[in-house]
Amino acid sequence: MNLDLDPPAAAFRDTVREWLAANVPATALPAPDTPAGSAAHREWEARLAGAGLAAVSWPVEYGGRAAPPLHALLFDEEYFAAGAPVRIGQNGLFLLAPTLLAHGTAEQCARILPPMARGEQVWAQAWSEPSAGSDLAAIRSRARPVDGGWLLSGQKTWSSRAVVADRAFGLFRSSAGERHRGLTYLMFDLRAPGVTVRPIEQLDGTAGFAEIFLDDVFVPDADVIGVPGDGWRVAMSTAGHERGLTLRGPGRFTAAASRLVALAAPVPGPDSADGAATAGGAALPGGAALPRGADLSGGAILSGGAAAAGGAAPPGGADLSGGADLSGGDDLSGALGGRVVDAWIGARAYRMQAYASLDEPVAPSATKLFWSSLDVALHETALDLLGPYAEIDSGWTGAYLFSLAGPIYAGTNEIQRDILAQRELGLPR
Amino acid sequence: MRLAPSEEQRRFADVLDMLLTRADPAAVSAAWAAGDITPGRRLWAALADAGVTGLLVPERFGGLGAGTDDLVVACEVLGRHAVPGPVAESVAAVPTLLVSGRWLPELASGRILASMAAPPLLPFAADGDVADLLLIIDTPAVRTGSPGAVHHSLDAVRRLADVIPGEIVETGAPIQRALDLGTLACAAQLLGAGHTLLSMAVEHAKTRTQFGRPIGAFQAVRHQLADVAVALAFARPLLYAAAVALADPAPGATTPAHTGPPHPAAGPTRDLSRAAGMSHAGRDVSAAKVACGEAALLAARTALQVHGAIGYTREHGLGRYLTRVRALHLSWGTPDWHRRRILTELTGTAVEDPAGLHRCLNGVETAVRASRELAGTGTGPVWTVGGTAGDPTPQPESRLSVRHGDPTPQPESRLSVRHREDAAVWPRDGRGAVGPGVGRTGEKGFE
Repeated sequence: MNLDLDPPAAAFRDTVREWLAANVPATALPAPDTPAGSAAHREWEARLAGAGLAAVSWPVEYGGRAAPPLHALLFDEEYFAAGAPVRIGQNGLFLLAPTLLAHGTAEQCARILPPMARGEQVWAQAWSEPSAGSDLAAIRSRARPVDGGWLLSGQKTWSSRAVVADRAFGLFRSSAGERHRGLTYLMFDLRAPGVTVRPIEQLDGTAGFAEIFLDDVFVPDADVIGVPGDGWRVAMSTAGHERGLTLRGPGRFTAAASRLVALAAPVPGPDSADGAATAGGAALPGGAALPRGADLSGGAILSGGAAAAGGAAPPGGADLSGGADLSGGDDLSGALGGRVVDAWIGARAYRMQAYASLDEPVAPSATKLFWSSLDVALHETALDLLGPYAEIDSGWTGAYLFSLAGPIYAGTNEIQRDILAQRELGLPR
Repeated sequence: MRLAPSEEQRRFADVLDMLLTRADPAAVSAAWAAGDITPGRRLWAALADAGVTGLLVPERFGGLGAGTDDLVVACEVLGRHAVPGPVAESVAAVPTLLVSGRWLPELASGRILASMAAPPLLPFAADGDVADLLLIIDTPAVRTGSPGAVHHSLDAVRRLADVIPGEIVETGAPIQRALDLGTLACAAQLLGAGHTLLSMAVEHAKTRTQFGRPIGAFQAVRHQLADVAVALAFARPLLYAAAVALADPAPGATTPAHTGPPHPAAGPTRDLSRAAGMSHAGRDVSAAKVACGEAALLAARTALQVHGAIGYTREHGLGRYLTRVRALHLSWGTPDWHRRRILTELTGTAVEDPAGLHRCLNGVETAVRASRELAGTGTGPVWTVGGTAGDPTPQPESRLSVRHGDPTPQPESRLSVRHREDAAVWPRDGRGAVGPGVGRTGEKGFE
C-alpha cells in the first residue's frame, strides 16, 4: 500500500493548483440562482472549459482530458481547497453526462456534452413528483408517443437549478405496466412551449429548486436516452453518480474540515488541513494566521447560494474576534474539541475511502450515507464553536442549512440504508 | 497510489483466516479464560509458522521484515477471530522496541510470547502473567519486568498484570514508533472484530423470525446494521493510511502524495512541517484507532441489540467479541487521548487540560483498588513505580521524521514464500477480500 502520486498525477495536480491560484475570482460570485449569478457562474464554467478543466474525466473529443479517476479526485481536492465557485453545471456535468457516456449515442454526446462543459447549456434534473419522492417508481408524468417524438405532460418538483437552467432530464411513464417498466429517460427544453417553471424558495432563502409543469411538451426521438421503456435501468446509473463520489467528492469535506479546524485553532498548526490541499497549505484561502473565528465566510462555497449573503464580513459590523474568543481554548479540551476532531477524521476517512475505492469500489449508498451525515455534524460543530455569534447570517449558517438537505436529496438516507441492507448485507425485504 | 491490500496480502489473509477457523478460537479462548493456555499456545505456534509473529522482526533475526501494511492485514484477521493473547504487544510493539535484537529470534519463531506496559498510557501488561517476556517503558529506557498483581478484565479472556520493573534492556529504542505500531495493531483487531460482529448480527437477522418475518426485514433492525456497515467501510481506509504513514522510510523515495510546489496561499507555518520533514504518522494512527474503535463499538452494541437476550449469555459466541471490543477500545490510548493528540497537532497548540486522561486514570485507580481488595493484595499501583512516562503527550520520534507516504511498495515478496508454503497446507476457500464484502459492489439504484 502507498499514497504516492505517480509523476503524471503529481504534474496534473500541480497544473490544476497553479491554474486555480491564478484564476479563481478573488471575491465570491453572486448566488447562482439569480440572473446575475447565473451569468457569472456560466462565465466561470467557460473559463474552466477553456483550460480543459471543466470535466477532466470525459473523453477528449467532448471537452475532457480522458483523465483517470485519480486525477478527477485530485481536481476535486484542489478545486475546493482553492475556494473556487460552486459548479452551476453540476447536474449536467456530474449526473447527466455519466449517463450519456454510458447509455447515450455518439450523436447525443457530441451534441450535448461540449456546450454543457462550456456552461452554455445548464441542466436541471426532473425526477421527483408530488407523489413520487422516495418511491420514485410511482412516477405519473407521461410521455405519449407521437410522430417523430413524444409529448410530455405532468408535474415535476424539487427540480434543482430549474430556475436558471436551459434544459432538464428525467423519467416519464411512456406505457402502462409494472412500476419499474414502461419508464423512458428523456431530455427536454425548459423554454419549450408548454413548460412552466415555478421557483420554490428554499430554507436557506435561495431558489435552488423549482416545480416544473408540463403541458404537451414536444420532445424529438433524438432526446430519448437508451431504449424507450428502459428508463429505470438507465436512470440508476445517474443515481449512483449522484450518491457516490461524482457529485459530492471528498474535496468539499476536506476543505470544510480545514475551515472548521481554523475556526477552532488560535493559530493553525502545521498542515492542519489534510491532504493534497494541505500539503500546499491551500485549505485556508484567507491565510494561515486568522484570529479564531474570524473566517465567517467558511462555508460559503459549499452552499453556493449562501455566498452572496455571507461573505467575510457579516452584516451589522459585529465584533467577530470577540465572539470567537467566547468559545475559547478551554472549550476545546472538552466535548467540542472532540467533535472538531471527529469532523476532521470523517473528512479524512472519506478522502482515504475515495483513494481506496480506486481499487475496491464502495457502494454509492454507503458513500451517500457517510458524507451527508458528516456534513451535518461538521457544520453543527462549527455553529456550536461560534457560540451565540453563529446565529449571525454568514457562510457558516448558509452551509449549515444546506447540509441539512444532504440526508434528503439524492435518495433519502432511509432509502440508502434499505439498499445497503438488502444488496450489501443480503437482508430480506 | 494504492490503499487496498495486494493480491499477495489477500492470500496471506485467507491463509490466516483458514488457519484460525480450523483452530476453533472460541474453544481456545474458553480454555485460556479458565487458565489453560496450552491450546492457546498451540494456536500461537501455528500463527508463528504462518509468519505472523515474525512480521516486524528483521530477516537477520529470523523474521520476515515485512511492512506495516502486512501487519494490519494480519491483525485484522486475528481480530476477526478474537485470538486470545497479547497480539498488539507480541506482534507489533515489543519487536519494535528490541532494536538490539535480543529475544527477536525467539519472538519470530513463536517460542516466546511477549507483553508490555507503558504507564500511564498502558498501565497493565495484557496477559502479562502468561507472557514469557515482559517489558515496561521507562522513558527513555526500556526495562524488563515481572508480573505483579493480576486483575480480571471485563473481557474474561484477557488478564491484566501489573509490571514490576527490572533491568534496563534497551536505551535507544524507538518508543514512540513502538507505541504507534501497537496502537495500529490494536486498531486493526478492532476493525476485524467489528466485521465479525456485523456478520453475526446479519446472520441472526436473516434467520431469527418474529411476527412471521425474519427480523432483518424490519427497518428498525436493518437500518442499524447498514449504519454499522458504513462505519466499518469508512474506518478501514484510515487504518491502511496509518499503516502507510508508519511505513519504514526506504531509500530512493519518490514523490509522496502530499508534497509539491507550495500553494500561493500557503503561509509560512504550513510549509514548516514539510521543510522540516515532519511526519503525521502519530495523528494518522490516532485517527485510525478512533475510527476503528468507534465503528467496532457501534457494531458490538448493535449486534447485541439485534441478538437480544441470547447475545447476553456466556455460551453464545457474541460476548467474547463484545467484551474484547470494549477492552481494546480503551487500550493503547483511550479514544479521548487519541482525539486530544489529533487536536494538538491540528491546532498546533497543546490542549492544556488533560481532563480526559485524568478521568481515565482516576477510573483505573479506582478499579485497581477494587480489584486488589477483591484479590486480597495490598500493593500500591505499580504504574506509579515504573511509570516515569508521565507526559501523556507523545514526543516526536526521529525515525518517523522523514515523510508520510510509503515510496516503495516493498514487502510483498517477503510474504510470498511463506504463504505459498502455507497455501499447500491450507487450500483457499475462495474468499477474496479481507472484509466480508461490505461496500464492494458497484451500481445501486432507487428502490
